[in-house]
Amino acid sequence: MNFNQKITSLHLDVLKEIGNIGAAHGATALSDLLNKKIDMQVPKVEMVTFEHMMELAGGSETVVVGVFLRIEGDIEGSMFFILPIEQANRFIRRLIHDETFDFYKTPVSELALSAMQEMGNILSGSYLSALSDFTKLKIYPTVPGLSVDMFGAIISTGLIELSQVSDHVIVINTSIFEEDIALDEAVHGHFFLLPDPDSFATIFKVLGVS
Amino acid sequence: MLVSNTIVKVGIAQMDVVKAPHTIRTSGLGSCVGVVIYDETKQIAGLIHVMLPDSSLGKVDATNVAKFADTGIKALLDLLKAEGVQTFKLKAKIAGGAQMFQFTSDKSSMRIGPRNVEAVKNELSKYKIPLIAEDTGGNSGRTIEFNPVTSMLNIRTVNRGVSEI
Repeated sequence: MNFNQKITSLHLDVLKEIGNIGAAHGATALSDLLNKKIDMQVPKVEMVTFEHMMELAGGSETVVVGVFLRIEGDIEGSMFFILPIEQANRFIRRLIHDETFDFYKTPVSELALSAMQEMGNILSGSYLSALSDFTKLKIYPTVPGLSVDMFGAIISTGLIELSQVSDHVIVINTSIFEEDIALDEAVHGHFFLLPDPDSFATIFKVLGVS
Repeated sequence: MLVSNTIVKVGIAQMDVVKAPHTIRTSGLGSCVGVVIYDETKQIAGLIHVMLPDSSLGKVDATNVAKFADTGIKALLDLLKAEGVQTFKLKAKIAGGAQMFQFTSDKSSMRIGPRNVEAVKNELSKYKIPLIAEDTGGNSGRTIEFNPVTSMLNIRTVNRGVSEI
């Protein structure tokens, strides 16, 4: 499907539903993992410029923990689970029972990195298997990679495929946060799903809105 | 009279030119390459944030020339020439081209960092612009800022601190 083709509100609803189902399962998995209530916002589906993409998690220089994997199979694309450092610290402290743990203190322990990697693995796996169940599409995720670095450097990895055909990206963005933390203090994590351009037609077709 | 210094910010797949005392910066370079082309005597510098090596990778008509190494460096040279610099006086410094994630995927786009660096170097040599310094490769993101007064490129990383080349 050509990016210039008009995306209707029905198309957007379908993509939102994908974000909803995927992230809901991811958030449930996280909640189980941490034994903590995790809430999520209604997914946003946006067509944005690359520059705007950099602002979606606080700016290109913001240091985040990023888990990235490629999706292969019936559809292709990139998937990110992005956590602000503060949020990642809280989750990992809880997971490895070490209140002193801090991603800012390098070198980060192998145990913490491994825990983070596994968390990313479980969450993105839940997201994508829910998506696969819902669409009946074969979805094969690659083993996730982990990086603690600037958001811009991390997310641009997922823009390379798209940048060959467009200066814009359609991003399915679902933010998650801890439920029992005051909303103004809550730091949001994000699931970003960036389908490759050719995959939109497939998604719309199987969900009957082509 | 006091001249206040401005930092001109260049976004991903964008470019711009500054004159001293202003500096120019781009942030969050991963596999992308930041290319600074400058004239020491005139204290003018151009910066481009390159995403892809070659405009032939563009599967539709490219609207944004700054996205690619080949079309971008040419366009940046045009901008610099419009400021009155002569190509033979220009020098370059580059940074970026990292691989942020270690993958076994055979997708060529996953090894884009080194290819971007190579393409940038080819373009620079095509225009006979000497590459004075580089900080490329590895697996760290970089934020770079160039000062046309000192011709120094400041590089900030999350894990390896700050350096100047």
